[in-house]
Amino acid sequence: MKSKLNASNAVVAVVCAALVLLPIYSAATGNIFILTLLTRIIIFALAASSLNLIMGYGGMMSFGHAAYLGIGGYAVGILAAEDIGSGFIQWPVALAVSALFALVIGSLSLRTRGVYFIMITLAFAQMAYYVASALSRYGGDDGLTIYKRSTFDGLINLSDRTQFYYLCLGCLFGGIYLIWRIVNSRFGLVVQGVRSNEQRMQAIGFPAYRYRLTCFVIAGTICGLAGALLANNTDFVSPAVMYWTRSGDLMVMVILGGMGSLFGPLIGAIVYLVLEELLSQFTEYWALIMGPLLLLIVLFARGGIMGLLGRVRRG
Amino acid sequence: MADPLLRVDNLVRRFGGILATDNLSLEVPRGELHAIIGPNGAGKTTLISQLTGQLMPNSGTVHFAGRDITRLPSYRRSALGLARSFQITSLLKDFTAIDNVALAAQAHDGHSFRFWGDARKERHLRDAARAALERVGLAARADVLVSELSHGEQRELELAVALATKPQLLLLDEPMAGLGVTESARMVTLLKELRKEFTIVLVEHDMEAVFALADRITVLVYGRVIACDAPDAIRRHEEVKRAYLGEQHAVTRHGGQIG
Ligand SMILES: Nc1ncnc2c1ncn2[C@@H]1O[C@H](COP(=O)(O)OP(=O)(O)O)[C@@H](O)[C@H]1O
Ligand SMILES: [Mg+2]
Repeated sequence: MKSKLNASNAVVAVVCAALVLLPIYSAATGNIFILTLLTRIIIFALAASSLNLIMGYGGMMSFGHAAYLGIGGYAVGILAAEDIGSGFIQWPVALAVSALFALVIGSLSLRTRGVYFIMITLAFAQMAYYVASALSRYGGDDGLTIYKRSTFDGLINLSDRTQFYYLCLGCLFGGIYLIWRIVNSRFGLVVQGVRSNEQRMQAIGFPAYRYRLTCFVIAGTICGLAGALLANNTDFVSPAVMYWTRSGDLMVMVILGGMGSLFGPLIGAIVYLVLEELLSQFTEYWALIMGPLLLLIVLFARGGIMGLLGRVRRG
Repeated sequence: MADPLLRVDNLVRRFGGILATDNLSLEVPRGELHAIIGPNGAGKTTLISQLTGQLMPNSGTVHFAGRDITRLPSYRRSALGLARSFQITSLLKDFTAIDNVALAAQAHDGHSFRFWGDARKERHLRDAARAALERVGLAARADVLVSELSHGEQRELELAVALATKPQLLLLDEPMAGLGVTESARMVTLLKELRKEFTIVLVEHDMEAVFALADRITVLVYGRVIACDAPDAIRRHEEVKRAYLGEQHAVTRHGGQIG
């Protein structure tokens, strides 16, 4: 049995506490920048967590996960542009369209394996990117400005920085909790079993495809939620959020933090986006530093940061 | 006589130019332990894989319990009561022994589109898994990762996994491959127990075990059945002696599977 008192759990506890308390710090010091940065990080952490569900637990290396960020975002943006401002309509639509997109893509791509799967998911996401670029009514290449954030009358005001922050944090914690339940459920064990040995799982009686497809749809839906949050955060949505480099960013966050680790994507998102922020202040070529850093992690720490920390035991 | 539990008719499977299964027919009545022997490359594993659905035949049919299962995917066959063990151990390496077995039990306990409850806390699945582990003598190793089990233990786990699917027909592909003398003896004892409960198709290189266990033996050479009879008759069979038994030692040594 694993010790509960290892460094990774300690780091997670500290990070979560800090995230909860951050708005207080921000209000006390007047440091708005950090709240803005962390809102963005939390949204990406949610997206990365959803990717981790299929990539880390399910072994499905989707290279098109950012598509759902765009789809969720465009659902909000297009409805807002058409004067449907209620979040009670926008958000369910964002989730439903993401789920549908995942169902279509998944049902085709999950018939393939390995590199083919990576390429097909990438191709579909690029297709979504070009479709969005062609939506001239909704800004085309230039993207779509969202003049009014989703309204949840009487419940929450998304234009309030602190309220929006806590909404994002709630979605992240809720998402991670959901993934935790899923991973330990019957369904989750089947999905992980298929990652480990599909032939064996089929032989003992599991129709692997259905379970993988369902998992793929759940992950896409959660990421669609992240997309709706992101569009509200930036008051803007553009094809760029779906570009393949964005999907790559999400993969990097997952690998950096630790594939198949519940809080890995959160830690990965924090490290990746903070490093990006810091390095990009010094040099335009921050990717040149980030690249080798990632290579080191992938080569020497297969479980990512969480894997490294997990090996450091206290007491 | 009643329908046999398993009936194979004119099965053909090619790999490029190789006829791995050559117009093969076979019947296994309920309750029989049916051994399949033959030199390496005779097509024994290929046959098992077509019976359990990992491979599809080019032509011919497979009937199980009176039902045509030739085109069914392997998970459907498992649901009908076919279970196999793999010659080359095929387990969930990063799961514990008991998780491997419990998943097999779970597969036969309703659907698994259950997203919330902790599956490792489902008592009846754990109990079924523990019983299967006990059966093969692995109870003490339940919580060990498969990758940390010895080769012999992994072979036993293969069997426990098959048992946990509550099969009607067990297809065992060289369960003793790579086992030491004591481990082999234990496996033979276990198979003697299991044959009282299950219909078994046993592929095995260990002739002593085969002749001790089998009700009937089918001899495969180049994908063809050259004989199918009771052990004593097989021992006396001229063609079998020429084709197989005479070079038994060479065969087993070549396979490197008798430890
Ligand atoms: N997937 C495959 N692709 C090509 N040839 C194969 C494949 N599987 C088996 N064969 C060939 O089919 C023949 C039978 O193999 P196999 O069923 O493994 O024999 P056995 O289990 O009796 O040793 C061999 O000649 C083998 O090389
Ligand atoms: Mg074989």
